Amino acid sequence: MYKYDPIDQQIVNERVAQYRDQTRRYLAGELTDEEYRPLRLQNGLYIQRHAPMLRIAVPYGLISSKQLRKLGDITKQYDRGYGHFSTRQNLQLNWPKLEDTPDILAELATVEMHAIQTSGNCIRNITTDQFAGIAPDEIIDPRAVAEIMRQWSTFHPEFALLPRKFKIAVSGTEKDRAIVQAHDIGLEFYKDDQGQMAIKVWVGGGLGRTPILGTVIREHLEWQHVLSYCEAVIRVYNIHGRRDNAYKARIKILVKALGIEEFKRQVEEEWAHFKDGPLTITQNELDRVAKYFEPMPYKDLPAHDASFDAAVASNPAFAAWVKRCVQPHRVPGYRAVTLSLKPHGKAPGDITSEQMHVVADLADAYSFGELRSSHEQNLILADVQLSDLFTVWQKAHAAGLATPNIGLLTDIICCPGGDFCSLANAKSIPIAEAIQMQFDNLDYLHEIGDLELNISGCMNACGHHHVGHIGILGVDKDGSEWYQVTVGGKQGNDASIGSVIGPSFSAEEMPGVVQRLIEVYVRERQDEERFIDTVRRLGVAPFKAHVYAEKETA
Amino acid sequence: MSQLIQLAANGQASIVADTWTRVVPPAAGEESVRKQAGKVVLFKLTGEQTYTAEQIANTEIPATGKILVPLTIWQARKAELQSRLPTGELGIILATNETAEALQAEFADLNSLPLIAVFVERFADGRIFTLGNWLRTRFGFKNELRAIGDVLRDQLFFHKRAGFDSFLIRADRSAEDALASLNDFSQPYQGGVADVPVWRRISRA
Ligand code: SF4
Repeated sequence: MYKYDPIDQQIVNERVAQYRDQTRRYLAGELTDEEYRPLRLQNGLYIQRHAPMLRIAVPYGLISSKQLRKLGDITKQYDRGYGHFSTRQNLQLNWPKLEDTPDILAELATVEMHAIQTSGNCIRNITTDQFAGIAPDEIIDPRAVAEIMRQWSTFHPEFALLPRKFKIAVSGTEKDRAIVQAHDIGLEFYKDDQGQMAIKVWVGGGLGRTPILGTVIREHLEWQHVLSYCEAVIRVYNIHGRRDNAYKARIKILVKALGIEEFKRQVEEEWAHFKDGPLTITQNELDRVAKYFEPMPYKDLPAHDASFDAAVASNPAFAAWVKRCVQPHRVPGYRAVTLSLKPHGKAPGDITSEQMHVVADLADAYSFGELRSSHEQNLILADVQLSDLFTVWQKAHAAGLATPNIGLLTDIICCPGGDFCSLANAKSIPIAEAIQMQFDNLDYLHEIGDLELNISGCMNACGHHHVGHIGILGVDKDGSEWYQVTVGGKQGNDASIGSVIGPSFSAEEMPGVVQRLIEVYVRERQDEERFIDTVRRLGVAPFKAHVYAEKETA
Repeated sequence: MSQLIQLAANGQASIVADTWTRVVPPAAGEESVRKQAGKVVLFKLTGEQTYTAEQIANTEIPATGKILVPLTIWQARKAELQSRLPTGELGIILATNETAEALQAEFADLNSLPLIAVFVERFADGRIFTLGNWLRTRFGFKNELRAIGDVLRDQLFFHKRAGFDSFLIRADRSAEDALASLNDFSQPYQGGVADVPVWRRISRA
């Protein structure tokens, strides 16, 4: 992974000093709330229900064992002994003290970490596929360009105060796992017919109050121009995006209002002015950064391992875990392991300080000392040898990190919701926990198969509910908490936005509602159909009928 | 004490006396406050106020000395202001909801203006940075470019990198304190108006 040179280190150090002084001035009453707000937000600090929330950047989801240990120590010393991985691959602290945040940032800087632009109306952490660099279906590893973009966007002088937040995702696989179509800018890397790295650019996607999938603004962009092109897009947005209404301020609204053709015309016109200028990425710079993302020093291994095969054959629990938590790798004899942060009955994405240390040790012993976080809120050991899988499973199991539910109903994506977030309409974590307990039978879970269930506590859609096969959204009705249910959302190349099945439900009803949806699926499914396929084939009607029929007779 | 920070050609910042008089239209009468509703500039429904004809007519313009005039006042009262241009006594204020093109339409040679100020009503309005960039790069403006309005120290580093070389700090804040923020970062990653990305600036091998 990328390692800081003196320039990078100096920038984070100077940032700590700058933020320390800003916080001092705020606490001394020299800065008003309103003035301090964008400053703290650009450092990931929210003021939440009970305490501030600090969001620490994990750039494109890559983290080292050393960094994770430091996070373990920070959560122990400054928080309540746990952290929360968010749907943007970052780590959130739920209980830090405002006065401590400069010290936390100083600690982070010692392990090449920061909280820069994890919130605020600026360019946010760039996200990507958690299997970047190792996925068998990967065409281009986008991480070097993602790092170049991280640096370009960090304290960008022109885009520090945009109309609204701005999210960029990159992906270089056949099967999109980074939901590029749901971002302000989505960059899909591919090889063009000259065999060169090129980029398809999507713009104006986003979830939130007005969910819209992005539109292609440019089919073919040479990688050298990715910074200048993004700069042109964001410049047009900075000038013309709405600033009078936060709900209408995202770029998607502007693209919709202008129409993609007119928006594209303005971008291309702007771009023409500086396209071949100093922002053109040099081969030199790409090579400098790319060398940090070269393949690991893999061993030459056979494609099969007898001890592994024997363990799978003799140990059903291990076999179940392998089926769900072990993912393919492009190098023979290696696999990626997903450590589930979704044990049943616990807040999805939470991890204790002790678990962080266990995971860091696992990474050191079995996966070249590196980890990835996924937008599904799990952690990944990307490079494990087949022969080590059994040991990894035992150790992960002992630490409560081996629930074999990856990609299953209980691998719920869930935002912090009403327990922590001051914007929430309703709680989301207790709903996730209740659903997990409802489906606590592993055999049944496996029988249901691939299913993505996403929960957001409000319209802001941090839990990506629109693209969940089942989506749950917290809504406010006369001051009490209700839940609206959608089915048929999907992430990936054939992404779609889910449809609402009908009037909303109370918290107590929710596990039962999910149960009914599953009953319809189990009754109607054909052959190998996944839940989402059945929904797409039949539409919402039979699901709706069953859920509300039960409700009336109940 | 002056609120004006100026960068010298060598980048040295100091607090200097403001030799310009800002021309401010009188407050609008209750009924005459009009929001710029509707799509005057395509999709720029940002609710900024425009000056009424009455305000423009009643604006007092000092007869001598260097004056800094809002673009709309210039547009309406060009005839009486014209003579101040060749003597170097006229500077123009552009609001963040106005365009550099509109300014260019008035002054074919922007460099005939010794000073352009961009007025930012709320510090969180980042359009000022793009305007600074455009004026410097696209429109080739070489003279003094000043940030005025809700100008606070925590945005100064961005203003500077977006091409501004003078900053009128909001009246209730110390310009002295603000000086420090101009040097928050010693080696920024990306280019700015006057500088190239770090990988072109130095060798990072
Ligand atoms: S979706 Fe709403 S409730 Fe959930 S974290 Fe985001 S803003 Fe908070």
